[in-house]
Amino acid sequence: MSKTSMSQRDVVVTGIGLVSCAGEGIAAHLEAFTAASPKAVDIERFAPYPVHPAPALVLDGQIPKKSDQRQMEAWQRLGVYAAGLALESAGVKQDTAFKAAMHLVVACGGGERDTAVDGAILTGLRDAADPGAYLNEHLQNDLRPTLFLAQLSNLLAGNIAIVHGVTGASRTFMGEEASGVDALRNAQSRIASGQIDTMLVGGSYSAERPDVLVVHEMGGYLHKGDFLPVFERAEDGEAGFILGSAAAFLMLEAAETAVARGAKTFARLLPVESDRPRREPGSVGRSLSALWDRAGAKPDAVISGATGVRAITAEEGAALAELAPGVPVTALGDLSGHSLEVTAPFGAALGAALISEGRAREIAVTTVGHRRGEGVVRLSALS
Amino acid sequence: MTGLGIVTSLGQGQADNWAALTAGKSGIHTIARFPTEGLRTRIAGTVDFLDTDPLVAPALSQRFAEEAAEEAIAQSGIGTKGDFPGALFIAVPPVEMEWPQRQAMAQASGQSGDITYSDLQRAASSRAFDAWHDLFIFATVADNIADRFGTKGSPISLSTACSSGATAIQLGVEAIRRGETKAALCIGTDGSVNPESLIRFSLLSALSTQNDPPEGASKPFSKNRDGFVMGEGAAALVLEDAESARARGAKILGYVLGCGEKGDGFHRTRSSPDGAPGIAAIRAALDDAGTAPDSIDTINAHGTSTPENDKMEALGCAAVFGDRIRTLPISSNKSMIGHTLTAAGAIEAVISLLTIAHGRIPPTINYAVPDPALSLDVVTTARDARVSRVLSNSFGFGGQNTCLVLGDEPA
Repeated sequence: MSKTSMSQRDVVVTGIGLVSCAGEGIAAHLEAFTAASPKAVDIERFAPYPVHPAPALVLDGQIPKKSDQRQMEAWQRLGVYAAGLALESAGVKQDTAFKAAMHLVVACGGGERDTAVDGAILTGLRDAADPGAYLNEHLQNDLRPTLFLAQLSNLLAGNIAIVHGVTGASRTFMGEEASGVDALRNAQSRIASGQIDTMLVGGSYSAERPDVLVVHEMGGYLHKGDFLPVFERAEDGEAGFILGSAAAFLMLEAAETAVARGAKTFARLLPVESDRPRREPGSVGRSLSALWDRAGAKPDAVISGATGVRAITAEEGAALAELAPGVPVTALGDLSGHSLEVTAPFGAALGAALISEGRAREIAVTTVGHRRGEGVVRLSALS
Repeated sequence: MTGLGIVTSLGQGQADNWAALTAGKSGIHTIARFPTEGLRTRIAGTVDFLDTDPLVAPALSQRFAEEAAEEAIAQSGIGTKGDFPGALFIAVPPVEMEWPQRQAMAQASGQSGDITYSDLQRAASSRAFDAWHDLFIFATVADNIADRFGTKGSPISLSTACSSGATAIQLGVEAIRRGETKAALCIGTDGSVNPESLIRFSLLSALSTQNDPPEGASKPFSKNRDGFVMGEGAAALVLEDAESARARGAKILGYVLGCGEKGDGFHRTRSSPDGAPGIAAIRAALDDAGTAPDSIDTINAHGTSTPENDKMEALGCAAVFGDRIRTLPISSNKSMIGHTLTAAGAIEAVISLLTIAHGRIPPTINYAVPDPALSLDVVTTARDARVSRVLSNSFGFGGQNTCLVLGDEPA
C-alpha cells in the first residue's frame, strides 16, 4: 500500500516495561542480551515441553490492590505489571491527568482456562448418560464467574485502565505474532500522522498454561526436551519454539511533545513494516527482504523474533545473512523464549534500551509468525 | 461508504434484514444448536441457515463474515473478484478451543482414569489433530478472509468487546484519513453462541432469563428488562476515500462523519456511575464529525436490554442532548436480533445507513412497559422520518465506549 504523503512527525520511545524469565526491568534485560542465553528454562513442569517461566514478581509494586490481583489471571498480571513499569520509566506513573488521556494498543490472546475444572468435566463426560446436560450442569456450577474476565482479550487493556488509570481509550489486536507488529505499526502511524500524541503499546503472554501447549502441539510447533538456541534447532525432532512467559510495553510519543514535557527519550521508532503474503517455500525470505527495503533498515544489530520452526527460521537466517552481512543477530527466543503477540513489542523495547545505552545506533527487529505474517521494526538513535 | 453486507438471525442480505427489521420481526428463538437442558437461558438469535463443519465459533464467524463481505464488495463494485484494493479490519470473537474438540482429544488419548491436559497434549502429539491448530489460533479468520477477498497488507483482527464492530470501522476511517489506503474492508462478525459462551454471560447475570416467549425477551429501555439475549451475525462495510470513490463513479451510500471513543477504568463489567466516559465518547464522535448534537436525527442505541446499560445510555444521551432527548427518536435493533457482541457495532452501522437510505427508523419491539426513569422517545413501530445523520453507540465490558456519526452528506 502506498504510504501517506502527509508530513510525518518523529515518534520516540519514552517508556519501557519488560518482564520475562530474565527478570523485570531494563537492566535485567540488557544483562540477558549480553549473556544471549535464557536465564531460566523449566523442563520439568510441563514435560516434555520446556517453558521459560515468568520471574517471581512482587505484584504489590505495580498492582497494589489484592482484589485486582485476584480478578486477573497470570497473563493479565504480567501485562499490567509491565505496563506499570513502562509508565514508571516514562515518568508519568503519578500523573493522573496524563494517564487519563492516554490511549492504549494491546496485542494479546486470551482464553485462560481452569484446567482442573476442564479435566474433571472431560472425565465426567466420558460416562455421562446425557453429555449435553452434564456439560451444561458442570459449566454452570463449576466455572468461576470471574474467569470470563481473564478469557476476554480486551480485558488486559481493561485491567490496565482500572489499575493504572490509563483511560484515553484502548484497542486490542489479536492474531499471534503479527498482531504485535501491527500494534506497533498502528500506534507509530497514528502518532506520526498527528492523529494522537502519546500511546502505550504492548502485550503479554503466559506460557505456563497446559492448554496453550495443546494448541501449539497440534501442528507440531513445539520444541521438546532441553534448550537449544533458536537458529540451531535444525535436526528432526528439534525444530519448533519454546514458549516463554513475557510482557512488554512501550510508551510512544511524538518527539515534539516528548521534548516539550522534558521526557527521557530512549530511541526513535521508525515506520513499521508488515505484510502477510501467502506462505510458500521462499515467501518468508522474499517478504522480509521487501519489508527491509521499505523500512530502509541499516542496522548495526538485529533482534530476531524467529520461532525456531525449521523452514521459516532457516529462510529468515539466510535472508538476514544477505540483508545485513556481518551484523550480529540475537534471537529473542534465546533470551526469553517465544511469546507470540509479545515478540515485536519485546524486541522493540529491548532495542530501544540498547540504543539508549549507546550499544547500537540502529536496530532492526524481525518477526516471522509461525503461521503467517512478517514484520520489520526499525529503531534508531535520536541524532 | 460504498458497499454494505449484513447477516443476522433475521436473514441474509440488506433486503431481507430491512424488511424484517421494519416489520418488527424478532430473530430470537429457542436454541436448537445444542442441548439447553438445565440452562437458565435457553434462547438466542443464532444464525441457523449458515453452517460449518466443524461447527465452532471461529469457523462460523468466518462464514458470516464471508457472506457479508461478498455482498458489500459486490455492491461497491470496487476492485476485481479476489482483489480488494485496500486493507482489512475485522472484529472477531476471541478464539478458544471448544468442548467437542477437547472431548475428541480426551477420547483419542486412551486415558481411562482422570483426564488432564497432559492427555490432550499426548493426543495432539499423535499428529491426528494438526488441522485444528489453525482453527483455534486468533489470526486464522482474518487470514482466510484476506486470502479470499485479496485485501492488501497485514490484516488487523481486533477486539474491543461489545464495541468491536465500531472499532473496526474507526480503524478503517483512520487509515484512510492518514492516506495509507484508499479503501478499507471493515467487518464485525460473531458466531459464538455455544454452551460455554452462553453460560459465561449467564454466570455474570447478564442474560435475560425470560425464555418464553423467546421473541419477547429482549426489551431495551423497558421497565421489566432483565438482561440481553445473545445474537449472531456479521456486517461488512466498504469504506473508501470519498474523492477516489467519486473518481471511479461509485455510488456513495453514506459517510462516516465522526468516530469517538473513551475508556473507563471504573470496573471490569460496569460503567462509571456518572456516565462520564460514555458521554465523552458521544461528544468525541460529534466533535470528530465537526457537528453539534442538534444535527443528529436519530440514535441507533447500544440498547442491550440490561438494566445497567440502558440506564447509563439514557443518562449519557440526556447529558449530551439535553431536553431534546425526550423527542429525539432512539431505537435498539437488539430488541429483534439480540446482542451480536463482536459484530454489533458493524451491524448497527449498516442498519443506520439503511435507516438513512430509506428514511425510516426501525422499531424497538417489546417496549410494552416503558421505564419511567428513562425519558426517551423510543420508536415502537417503524417510523418514517427524514434522517440525515445518525449517532450509533457501542459500549462494552472492559470500559470500551465507541460512537459513530454516520450521515448522508459530507460534513
